[in-house]
Amino acid sequence: MSAVAMTVNGKAVTDDVDPRTLLVQFLREHLRLTGTHVGCDTSQCGACVVHVDGKAVKSCTVFAWQLEGANVLTIEGLADPNGPLHPMQEAFREHHGLQCGYCTPGMIMTAVDMVNRKGNDLDDPTIRHELEGNLCRCTGYHNIVKAIAAGAKAMGKGAVQPT
Amino acid sequence: MSATGIGAAVRRKEDQRFVTGKGHYTDDVSRPGQCHAYFLRSPHAHAKIKSIDRNAASAMPGVLAVLTGAELADDKIGNLICGWMITSKDGSQMKMAPHPALAHGKANHVGDAVAVVVADTLAQAKDAAEKVKIDYEVLPAVADLASAQSAPQIHEVAPQNTIYQWHLGDAKATEAALKAAKHVTSLDFVNNRLVPSAIEPRAAIGEYDAGSDNLTLWNTTQNPHVARLVISAFVGMAPEHKLRVIAPDVGGGFGSKIFIYPEEVVCLWAARKIGRPVKWVAERSEAFLTDAHGRDHVTKAEMAFDADGKITGLRVKTIANLGAYMSTFSSSVPTYLYATLLSGQYEIPAIYCEVDAVYTNTVPVDAYRGAGRPEATFVVERLIEVGARQVGVDPADLRKKNFIKKFPHQTPVIMTYDAGDYHASLKKALEIADYGGFGKRKRESARHDKLRGVGFSTYIEACGIAPSQAVGSLGCGVGLWESAEVRVNPTGSVEVLTGCHQHGQGHETTFAQVVSDRLGIPFDNVSVLHGDTDKVQFGMGTYGSRSGAVGISAIVKALDKIEAKAKKVAAHMLEAAEGDIEFRDGKFTVAGTDKSAAWGEVALNAYIAHKFTGQELEPGLKEGAFYDPTNFTFPAGCHICEVEVDPQTGESEIVAWTAVDDFGTVVNPMIVEGQVHGGIAQGVGQALLEGAVYDKDGQLVTGSFMDYCLPRAHDLPTLKVDMTVTKSPSNPLGIKGCGEAGAIAAPVAVINAITNAIGTEDLAMPATAQTVWRALQKANTRAKAA
Repeated sequence: MSAVAMTVNGKAVTDDVDPRTLLVQFLREHLRLTGTHVGCDTSQCGACVVHVDGKAVKSCTVFAWQLEGANVLTIEGLADPNGPLHPMQEAFREHHGLQCGYCTPGMIMTAVDMVNRKGNDLDDPTIRHELEGNLCRCTGYHNIVKAIAAGAKAMGKGAVQPT
Repeated sequence: MSATGIGAAVRRKEDQRFVTGKGHYTDDVSRPGQCHAYFLRSPHAHAKIKSIDRNAASAMPGVLAVLTGAELADDKIGNLICGWMITSKDGSQMKMAPHPALAHGKANHVGDAVAVVVADTLAQAKDAAEKVKIDYEVLPAVADLASAQSAPQIHEVAPQNTIYQWHLGDAKATEAALKAAKHVTSLDFVNNRLVPSAIEPRAAIGEYDAGSDNLTLWNTTQNPHVARLVISAFVGMAPEHKLRVIAPDVGGGFGSKIFIYPEEVVCLWAARKIGRPVKWVAERSEAFLTDAHGRDHVTKAEMAFDADGKITGLRVKTIANLGAYMSTFSSSVPTYLYATLLSGQYEIPAIYCEVDAVYTNTVPVDAYRGAGRPEATFVVERLIEVGARQVGVDPADLRKKNFIKKFPHQTPVIMTYDAGDYHASLKKALEIADYGGFGKRKRESARHDKLRGVGFSTYIEACGIAPSQAVGSLGCGVGLWESAEVRVNPTGSVEVLTGCHQHGQGHETTFAQVVSDRLGIPFDNVSVLHGDTDKVQFGMGTYGSRSGAVGISAIVKALDKIEAKAKKVAAHMLEAAEGDIEFRDGKFTVAGTDKSAAWGEVALNAYIAHKFTGQELEPGLKEGAFYDPTNFTFPAGCHICEVEVDPQTGESEIVAWTAVDDFGTVVNPMIVEGQVHGGIAQGVGQALLEGAVYDKDGQLVTGSFMDYCLPRAHDLPTLKVDMTVTKSPSNPLGIKGCGEAGAIAAPVAVINAITNAIGTEDLAMPATAQTVWRALQKANTRAKAA
């Protein structure tokens, strides 16, 4: 066991971890941030996507100790818990971009990263291509694509972005 | 229609928690003192378990127990069962082999659980599992269903590995129709084996409270009461009233979470043995090796046509793979959920279907989205499409000629279709798809060296499962009614307790819409509870597109009673005769007067009981109902798929999709369209991408998302989804159900489109680029030879 310290959703956290502890296990089991999900164990499904230092990362493919000093953002930290939803969260709700909700946190974190990299005007083929690392079994992606296009636009309209 | 009533596209109540990461799934549950289970699984498809040496493992740090099938048997933990009895042609009953939660003596498929290690942490359990030495004697195995009946016997009870040889329909009349036919279309089919792949893996936590002798199971199930019933009455874990099953948020089911699985039994058993909560969460590789698979049929079918193009008969012979053990409802899928739909949307005077179900050394096969109905639709819709091509008639016209036009319609295979308008959905779909412009688009594709094809699927399904007496007469071990309780609080807000369970369907929203609509109260004043056997009355759960047609009907029935009781209370308040009280828009009025009482006032008066004596009218406002449907419902529609095939690579791209479905009354069109999208995606997955592959030794070759290809966003087109409506006369709101339609309609529409594009009918699913390319080469070689 060794100590690891990082910032998660703006808060400094530290804990002792087994060297084999994955970031997703650290988030879910040590910090009880259970919004980040595990769907496949092989980096195929993207249910575990979080942001590390501003970039989308599959948290099942990185050890917790590798993130010493990193800044991690999870679905729980995307919007102020007492404030309105993040525009991308709102877009998923508005466009019925989710059904069972299990892939949703990873989808939303991927979508926000997509906007950060590709801008606010995302066309259908771009969104579909950019979603290659995320699986959804419920929606057929139709409404996820619509939600991301709308969420991207909304994010461009002066919505405050979390750091 | 109000903004939140029936028919409104209300945004979902559930989504606030899901988009913020506050959903509460089984793996999110953490019980005080919880320890972790790791299962040792057979690496062989068929093997004798000669010995299990667990000494080294038991001594590993943190290990609490290493348990095997022998102890399970010693503790008299019963076998898992299949709850639908199928009787063979010769009158014998299906051959159900023992299915212990931990294999005892012999493992029958790769992934069969042989032992379980329980330790303080999952890592410790995994480390210890590596020290367990299991000595196997490998036995010959069979995975391929077509050779199952001539392979070495797997279970003592089932010679030739045959579970049943069942039939339905009129053999003689069908034979006569085929003999007299002007044209017969014959086809061989393989309905590919699928892995349901809900993104949330299965999970279970067993907890024992020694003080009360109560057991609790948190479980990823679509039907917590059914799980409790089976684990109690058949497995014998605990009396029903001493076992609580909680299904919290469940991340997709698609049928695979209906069934009672070994791991949940073992978690309960181990929790009681160890005295601590025991948690297990499937890894995805375990999900591939243990979640019940779907489909897996081999079929030969012939459709007879007269000179006018009318279908005169249909004969079908199917072998269905049920895997190594009979899963909970497996026997019903290739029989009563399959052959009963072989009439499709057509008037077919004679149908005969024979089904052999077989054991193989593979994961058990059971209901997966559509369950039998996609397989039936594939047979019927391929035959009519190919038949049209063979006789040179437009496939849409041949369908029209054969559509059932008068309702109710009794098919030769049990079902009585109650309502529908198949012409209407076809006509609307043809317009939306611009079928008339297809030739022009085909020529345009040809200019880009692409082959364009169009394929139809005018499907039907039987949903709203199901009238209890009817399914009982067919061998079902349970009734398929649904329950509801409506609790009105003194302040007028309402809780609905439903026996249905949601795992993506949005019941918390749609059920609240129905209540809001009926009682005229704000949508936000209604909450829906489900998924906990301690809170909710016995219910049958969610599958078979039943929650709307059956679950909502139970709520409506309870609301009828609520209204009747509330009227009595209002009559006392307004000092009027009960018969003079009218209830509309949340207000009780004395007919012909301006005297009225608001919903909230009546609710409060029901509880304070100041205006009536408790002897003449019981205080309170809470009513329950059990609704048993009078018939199945029959959603139907028309899907049209257009593809472009690149003849150089064989790659098929879906370039347009039109769906026009008739689901009867729609409570929330946004949610219904979402169900159609998801169903189509799974159907396209079956047609183009997905297929579970076993090698000759019974090893699952497609054991992860690296090898088993789930559709991704770029595999699917934007979908055009529309509706026509004929109300179901079989339930109070006229709902038919929508959950499975897409998965039923889609596969055959895709295959009809690709075969239309490439000009050969010889094409297997999944129609990957390689498969299509090979089909094209074979056709070209044949053409050259001819």
